Amino acid sequence: MAEISPDKRVDIRGLVCPYTFVKAKLAIESMETGQILEILLDYDEAAKSIPKSMEAHGQQVLKVAKINDTDWVLLIRKAKE
Amino acid sequence: MDFTEDQILRYSRHIILPEVGGKGQAKIAGARVVIVGAGGLGCPVGYYLTAAGVGTLALIDDDTVELSNLQRQIAHSVDTIGMPKVESAKKTFNALNPDVTIVPVKVRISKDNILDLIRDYDIVVDGSDNFPTRYLINDACVMSGKPLVSGAILRFEGQVTTLIPGSGPCYRCLFEEPPPPGLVPSCQEAGVLGVLPGVIGGLQAAEVLKLILGKGEVLKGELLIYDALRTTFRKVKVPKNPSCPVCGENPSIKELIDYNEGYCAPQ
Repeated sequence: MAEISPDKRVDIRGLVCPYTFVKAKLAIESMETGQILEILLDYDEAAKSIPKSMEAHGQQVLKVAKINDTDWVLLIRKAKE
Repeated sequence: MDFTEDQILRYSRHIILPEVGGKGQAKIAGARVVIVGAGGLGCPVGYYLTAAGVGTLALIDDDTVELSNLQRQIAHSVDTIGMPKVESAKKTFNALNPDVTIVPVKVRISKDNILDLIRDYDIVVDGSDNFPTRYLINDACVMSGKPLVSGAILRFEGQVTTLIPGSGPCYRCLFEEPPPPGLVPSCQEAGVLGVLPGVIGGLQAAEVLKLILGKGEVLKGELLIYDALRTTFRKVKVPKNPSCPVCGENPSIKELIDYNEGYCAPQ
Protein backbone atom coordinates (compact mmCIF):
# COMPACT_ATOMS: atom_id res chain seq x y z
CA MET A 1 0.00 0.00 0.00
CA ALA A 2 1.34 3.39 -0.97
CA GLU A 3 2.19 5.79 1.85
CA ILE A 4 -0.77 8.07 2.64
CA SER A 5 0.16 11.74 2.87
CA PRO A 6 -1.91 13.63 5.42
CA ASP A 7 -3.37 17.07 4.74
CA LYS A 8 -2.92 18.15 8.34
CA ARG A 9 -0.91 16.96 11.33
CA VAL A 10 -1.52 17.46 15.04
CA ASP A 11 0.93 16.59 17.77
CA ILE A 12 -0.98 15.91 20.98
CA ARG A 13 1.84 14.17 22.85
CA GLY A 14 1.70 15.07 26.52
CA LEU A 15 -2.09 15.42 26.53
CA VAL A 16 -4.49 13.06 28.27
CA CYS A 17 -8.21 12.35 27.78
CA PRO A 18 -10.47 14.09 27.05
CA TYR A 19 -8.18 16.82 25.63
CA THR A 20 -6.62 14.36 23.21
CA PHE A 21 -9.99 13.89 21.53
CA VAL A 22 -10.96 17.55 21.87
CA LYS A 23 -7.81 18.62 19.98
CA ALA A 24 -8.26 15.89 17.37
CA LYS A 25 -11.90 16.87 16.87
CA LEU A 26 -11.11 20.58 16.48
CA ALA A 27 -8.48 19.65 13.88
CA ILE A 28 -10.96 17.50 11.93
CA GLU A 29 -13.59 20.25 12.06
CA SER A 30 -11.18 22.71 10.45
CA MET A 31 -10.61 20.41 7.45
CA GLU A 32 -12.49 19.65 4.21
CA THR A 33 -14.40 16.42 3.69
CA GLY A 34 -12.09 13.81 2.14
CA GLN A 35 -8.91 15.23 3.70
CA ILE A 36 -6.72 13.17 5.99
CA LEU A 37 -5.56 14.07 9.49
CA GLU A 38 -2.45 12.61 11.09
CA ILE A 39 -2.47 12.50 14.88
CA LEU A 40 0.70 11.92 16.89
CA LEU A 41 0.05 10.95 20.51
CA ASP A 42 1.64 9.21 23.49
CA TYR A 43 -1.36 8.48 25.72
CA ASP A 44 -2.09 4.77 25.19
CA GLU A 45 -5.74 5.03 26.20
CA ALA A 46 -6.33 7.67 23.49
CA ALA A 47 -4.95 5.35 20.81
CA LYS A 48 -8.07 3.26 21.49
CA SER A 49 -10.59 5.94 22.40
CA ILE A 50 -9.88 8.44 19.60
CA PRO A 51 -10.50 5.94 16.76
CA LYS A 52 -13.67 4.77 18.53
CA SER A 53 -14.97 8.33 19.02
CA MET A 54 -14.00 9.35 15.48
CA GLU A 55 -15.97 6.42 14.06
CA ALA A 56 -18.92 7.27 16.30
CA HIS A 57 -18.82 10.79 14.79
CA GLY A 58 -18.88 9.28 11.29
CA GLN A 59 -15.18 9.69 10.42
CA GLN A 60 -13.06 6.98 8.81
CA VAL A 61 -10.06 5.53 10.68
CA LEU A 62 -7.33 4.60 8.19
CA LYS A 63 -4.47 3.68 10.46
CA VAL A 64 -3.63 3.10 14.14
CA ALA A 65 0.04 2.27 14.66
CA LYS A 66 2.50 2.32 17.53
CA ILE A 67 5.67 3.81 16.07
CA ASN A 68 8.09 3.56 19.01
CA ASP A 69 8.09 2.82 22.75
CA THR A 70 5.82 5.72 23.57
CA ASP A 71 4.22 7.22 20.48
CA TRP A 72 1.26 6.34 18.28
CA VAL A 73 0.23 7.61 14.86
CA LEU A 74 -3.39 7.68 13.76
CA LEU A 75 -4.67 8.54 10.29
CA ILE A 76 -8.27 9.72 10.07
CA ARG A 77 -10.12 10.61 6.89
CA LYS A 78 -12.78 13.25 7.28
CA ALA A 79 -15.85 11.48 5.90
CA LYS A 80 -18.53 13.93 7.06
CA GLU A 81 -18.95 17.49 8.26
CA MET B 1 -12.94 30.90 15.52
CA ASP B 2 -9.57 30.05 17.08
CA PHE B 3 -9.84 29.02 20.69
CA THR B 4 -7.14 29.75 23.23
CA GLU B 5 -5.75 26.77 25.15
CA ASP B 6 -7.78 27.88 28.18
CA GLN B 7 -10.96 28.03 26.10
CA ILE B 8 -10.33 24.53 24.75
CA LEU B 9 -10.09 23.29 28.33
CA ARG B 10 -13.04 25.34 29.58
CA TYR B 11 -15.41 24.29 26.80
CA SER B 12 -14.03 20.75 26.24
CA ARG B 13 -17.21 19.01 27.43
CA HIS B 14 -19.18 21.04 24.89
CA ILE B 15 -16.68 20.53 22.07
CA ILE B 16 -16.83 16.74 22.57
CA LEU B 17 -20.60 16.72 21.96
CA PRO B 18 -21.39 15.93 18.30
CA GLU B 19 -24.22 18.51 18.40
CA VAL B 20 -21.87 21.27 19.57
CA GLY B 21 -18.23 20.80 18.55
CA GLY B 22 -15.89 23.72 17.96
CA LYS B 23 -18.32 25.21 15.45
CA GLY B 24 -21.23 25.15 17.89
CA GLN B 25 -19.07 26.61 20.63
CA ALA B 26 -18.11 29.42 18.23
CA LYS B 27 -21.84 30.07 17.64
CA ILE B 28 -22.37 30.28 21.41
CA ALA B 29 -19.45 32.71 21.65
CA GLY B 30 -21.04 34.87 18.95
CA ALA B 31 -24.51 34.91 20.51
CA ARG B 32 -26.13 37.91 22.16
CA VAL B 33 -28.81 37.18 24.75
CA VAL B 34 -30.84 39.59 26.88
CA ILE B 35 -32.36 38.46 30.18
CA VAL B 36 -35.20 40.47 31.70
CA GLY B 37 -34.99 40.09 35.47
CA ALA B 38 -31.91 39.32 37.55
CA GLY B 39 -33.90 37.50 40.22
CA GLY B 40 -34.92 33.89 40.80
CA LEU B 41 -34.95 32.94 37.12
CA GLY B 42 -32.43 35.45 35.75
CA CYS B 43 -29.73 34.24 38.17
CA PRO B 44 -29.59 30.58 37.05
CA VAL B 45 -30.24 31.42 33.38
CA GLY B 46 -27.43 33.98 33.42
CA TYR B 47 -25.15 31.75 35.47
CA TYR B 48 -25.40 28.80 33.06
CA LEU B 49 -25.25 30.93 29.92
CA THR B 50 -22.13 32.58 31.34
CA ALA B 51 -20.63 29.17 32.04
CA ALA B 52 -21.54 28.10 28.50
CA GLY B 53 -19.59 31.03 27.06
CA VAL B 54 -22.39 33.09 25.46
CA GLY B 55 -20.66 36.09 23.90
CA THR B 56 -22.76 38.93 25.27
CA LEU B 57 -25.32 38.75 28.03
CA ALA B 58 -27.43 41.79 28.94
CA LEU B 59 -29.23 41.82 32.29
CA ILE B 60 -32.18 44.17 32.81
CA ASP B 61 -33.49 44.82 36.33
CA ASP B 62 -34.05 47.97 38.37
CA ASP B 63 -34.09 46.28 41.77
CA THR B 64 -31.46 46.00 44.49
CA VAL B 65 -30.40 42.86 46.38
CA GLU B 66 -32.21 42.11 49.65
CA LEU B 67 -31.65 39.39 52.24
CA SER B 68 -35.00 37.77 51.33
CA ASN B 69 -33.73 37.22 47.77
CA LEU B 70 -30.90 34.94 48.83
CA GLN B 71 -33.14 31.89 49.43
CA ARG B 72 -33.28 31.46 45.62
CA GLN B 73 -31.38 34.19 43.72
CA ILE B 74 -28.05 32.37 43.54
CA ALA B 75 -25.98 35.04 41.80
CA HIS B 76 -26.33 37.41 44.76
CA SER B 77 -24.77 37.15 48.21
CA VAL B 78 -24.60 38.78 51.64
CA ASP B 79 -21.72 40.86 50.28
CA THR B 80 -23.94 42.41 47.59
CA ILE B 81 -27.02 43.26 49.66
CA GLY B 82 -28.08 46.78 48.74
CA MET B 83 -26.28 46.65 45.40
CA PRO B 84 -28.24 46.79 42.12
CA LYS B 85 -29.07 43.20 41.17
CA VAL B 86 -27.58 43.64 37.70
CA GLU B 87 -24.24 44.75 39.22
CA SER B 88 -24.29 41.96 41.79
CA ALA B 89 -24.95 39.37 39.08
CA LYS B 90 -22.31 40.90 36.80
CA LYS B 91 -19.74 40.51 39.56
CA THR B 92 -20.64 36.83 40.04
CA PHE B 93 -20.75 36.04 36.33
CA ASN B 94 -17.46 37.82 35.59
CA ALA B 95 -15.81 35.72 38.29
CA LEU B 96 -17.14 32.55 36.67
CA ASN B 97 -16.18 33.35 33.07
CA PRO B 98 -14.34 36.50 32.00
CA ASP B 99 -14.86 35.54 28.30
CA VAL B 100 -18.48 36.71 28.56
CA THR B 101 -19.37 40.38 28.20
CA ILE B 102 -22.02 41.18 30.81
CA VAL B 103 -24.06 44.31 30.12
CA PRO B 104 -25.86 45.48 33.28
CA VAL B 105 -28.94 47.61 32.57
CA LYS B 106 -30.50 49.05 35.71
CA VAL B 107 -33.79 50.33 34.39
CA ARG B 108 -37.45 49.54 34.81
CA ILE B 109 -38.61 48.08 31.52
CA SER B 110 -41.52 49.93 29.88
CA LYS B 111 -43.23 50.36 26.56
CA ASP B 112 -40.98 53.34 25.89
CA ASN B 113 -37.63 51.55 26.27
CA ILE B 114 -38.13 47.82 25.65
CA LEU B 115 -37.70 47.85 21.86
CA ASP B 116 -34.41 49.72 22.19
CA LEU B 117 -33.25 47.43 25.00
CA ILE B 118 -33.78 44.21 23.03
CA ARG B 119 -32.85 45.52 19.56
CA ASP B 120 -29.22 44.40 19.56
CA TYR B 121 -29.90 40.90 20.91
CA ASP B 122 -30.72 37.60 19.17
CA ILE B 123 -32.73 35.94 21.93
CA VAL B 124 -34.83 37.33 24.79
CA VAL B 125 -35.29 35.51 28.11
CA ASP B 126 -38.22 36.39 30.34
CA GLY B 127 -37.30 36.01 33.97
CA SER B 128 -39.73 38.64 35.18
CA ASP B 129 -42.10 38.15 38.07
CA ASN B 130 -45.21 40.09 37.06
CA PHE B 131 -47.85 40.14 34.36
CA PRO B 132 -47.41 43.70 33.03
CA THR B 133 -43.75 42.92 32.20
CA ARG B 134 -44.56 39.45 30.85
CA TYR B 135 -47.11 40.84 28.35
CA LEU B 136 -44.90 43.76 27.44
CA ILE B 137 -41.98 41.43 26.63
CA ASN B 138 -44.25 39.12 24.62
CA ASP B 139 -45.67 41.93 22.53
CA ALA B 140 -42.24 43.50 21.97
CA CYS B 141 -40.80 40.15 20.84
CA VAL B 142 -43.71 39.58 18.43
CA MET B 143 -43.31 43.09 17.01
CA SER B 144 -39.55 42.79 16.62
CA GLY B 145 -39.51 39.10 15.57
CA LYS B 146 -37.26 37.93 18.42
CA PRO B 147 -37.44 34.43 19.91
CA LEU B 148 -38.52 34.53 23.54
CA VAL B 149 -37.79 31.90 26.18
CA SER B 150 -40.41 32.40 28.84
CA GLY B 151 -40.34 31.08 32.39
CA ALA B 152 -42.63 31.54 35.39
CA ILE B 153 -42.66 30.23 38.94
CA LEU B 154 -45.03 30.25 41.91
CA ARG B 155 -45.16 28.14 45.09
CA PHE B 156 -44.12 24.65 43.88
CA GLU B 157 -44.98 25.01 40.23
CA GLY B 158 -43.11 26.38 37.25
CA GLN B 159 -43.72 26.76 33.53
CA VAL B 160 -41.45 27.12 30.50
CA THR B 161 -42.19 27.75 26.86
CA THR B 162 -40.30 29.06 23.83
CA LEU B 163 -42.12 31.53 21.62
CA ILE B 164 -40.93 31.88 18.04
CA PRO B 165 -42.65 34.80 16.29
CA GLY B 166 -44.06 33.86 12.91
CA SER B 167 -43.87 30.09 13.24
CA GLY B 168 -45.22 29.43 16.74
CA PRO B 169 -47.79 30.83 19.14
CA CYS B 170 -47.11 33.82 21.38
CA TYR B 171 -47.98 34.29 25.04
CA ARG B 172 -51.28 35.94 24.14
CA CYS B 173 -52.29 32.87 22.07
CA LEU B 174 -52.13 31.08 25.42
CA PHE B 175 -53.58 33.77 27.70
CA GLU B 176 -55.03 36.64 25.69
CA GLU B 177 -55.00 39.26 28.44
CA PRO B 178 -53.21 39.50 31.78
CA PRO B 179 -55.34 38.30 34.70
CA PRO B 180 -57.02 41.07 36.67
CA PRO B 181 -54.78 42.59 39.34
CA GLY B 182 -54.85 40.56 42.56
CA LEU B 183 -56.26 37.35 41.05
CA VAL B 184 -52.93 35.57 40.73
CA PRO B 185 -50.80 36.10 43.81
CA SER B 186 -47.17 37.13 43.47
CA CYS B 187 -44.27 35.12 44.93
CA GLN B 188 -44.09 37.69 47.63
CA GLU B 189 -47.66 36.84 48.71
CA ALA B 190 -47.74 33.14 47.95
CA GLY B 191 -44.15 32.03 48.44
CA VAL B 192 -41.90 29.99 46.19
CA LEU B 193 -39.71 26.96 46.81
CA GLY B 194 -36.14 28.26 46.55
CA VAL B 195 -34.93 25.53 44.21
CA LEU B 196 -37.83 25.97 41.77
CA PRO B 197 -36.24 28.80 39.77
CA GLY B 198 -33.11 26.64 39.51
CA VAL B 199 -35.09 23.94 37.69
CA ILE B 200 -37.06 26.35 35.50
CA GLY B 201 -34.08 28.63 34.84
CA GLY B 202 -31.97 25.60 33.91
CA LEU B 203 -34.63 24.57 31.40
CA GLN B 204 -34.72 28.11 29.99
CA ALA B 205 -30.93 28.14 29.59
CA ALA B 206 -31.10 24.81 27.73
CA GLU B 207 -33.75 26.27 25.39
CA VAL B 208 -31.50 29.27 24.69
CA LEU B 209 -28.51 27.06 23.88
CA LYS B 210 -30.58 24.92 21.50
CA LEU B 211 -31.82 28.06 19.73
CA ILE B 212 -28.22 29.26 19.35
CA LEU B 213 -26.99 25.87 18.11
CA GLY B 214 -30.03 25.17 15.91
CA LYS B 215 -30.11 21.63 17.35
CA GLY B 216 -32.83 19.53 18.91
CA GLU B 217 -36.38 20.69 19.47
CA VAL B 218 -37.40 23.67 21.54
CA LEU B 219 -40.69 24.04 23.42
CA LYS B 220 -42.40 25.73 20.47
CA GLY B 221 -46.16 25.39 20.72
CA GLU B 222 -45.80 23.60 24.03
CA LEU B 223 -45.94 24.68 27.65
CA LEU B 224 -43.88 22.52 30.01
CA ILE B 225 -45.26 22.47 33.54
CA TYR B 226 -43.15 21.25 36.46
CA ASP B 227 -44.75 20.31 39.77
CA ALA B 228 -42.04 20.10 42.41
CA LEU B 229 -44.35 18.64 45.09
CA ARG B 230 -45.37 15.66 42.95
CA THR B 231 -42.17 15.60 40.87
CA THR B 232 -44.06 15.63 37.60
CA PHE B 233 -43.38 17.28 34.26
CA ARG B 234 -46.20 17.58 31.79
CA LYS B 235 -46.42 19.20 28.40
CA VAL B 236 -49.52 21.03 27.23
CA LYS B 237 -49.91 21.77 23.53
CA VAL B 238 -50.44 25.45 22.78
CA PRO B 239 -51.80 26.11 19.28
CA LYS B 240 -51.21 29.38 17.48
CA ASN B 241 -54.41 31.43 17.73
CA PRO B 242 -55.32 32.87 14.30
CA SER B 243 -57.32 35.60 16.03
CA CYS B 244 -54.60 36.40 18.60
CA PRO B 245 -54.73 40.14 19.35
CA VAL B 246 -51.00 40.58 18.76
CA CYS B 247 -49.70 37.80 16.45
CA GLY B 248 -52.96 36.82 14.69
CA GLU B 249 -54.10 37.61 11.16
CA ASN B 250 -55.75 40.92 12.09
CA PRO B 251 -53.98 42.09 15.23
CA SER B 252 -55.81 44.65 17.33
CA ILE B 253 -52.72 45.41 19.43
CA LYS B 254 -50.31 47.40 17.30
CA GLU B 255 -48.65 49.41 20.04
CA LEU B 256 -47.02 48.34 23.27
CA ILE B 257 -49.08 48.54 26.45
CA ASP B 258 -47.98 49.23 30.03
CA TYR B 259 -50.50 47.44 32.24
CA ASN B 260 -49.39 49.08 35.43
CA GLU B 261 -52.75 50.16 36.77
CA GLY B 262 -53.75 48.17 39.85
CA TYR B 263 -50.75 45.84 39.90
CA CYS B 264 -48.57 46.05 42.95
CA ALA B 265 -44.99 47.08 42.47
CA PRO B 266 -43.03 43.99 41.53
CA GLN B 267 -40.33 42.70 43.82
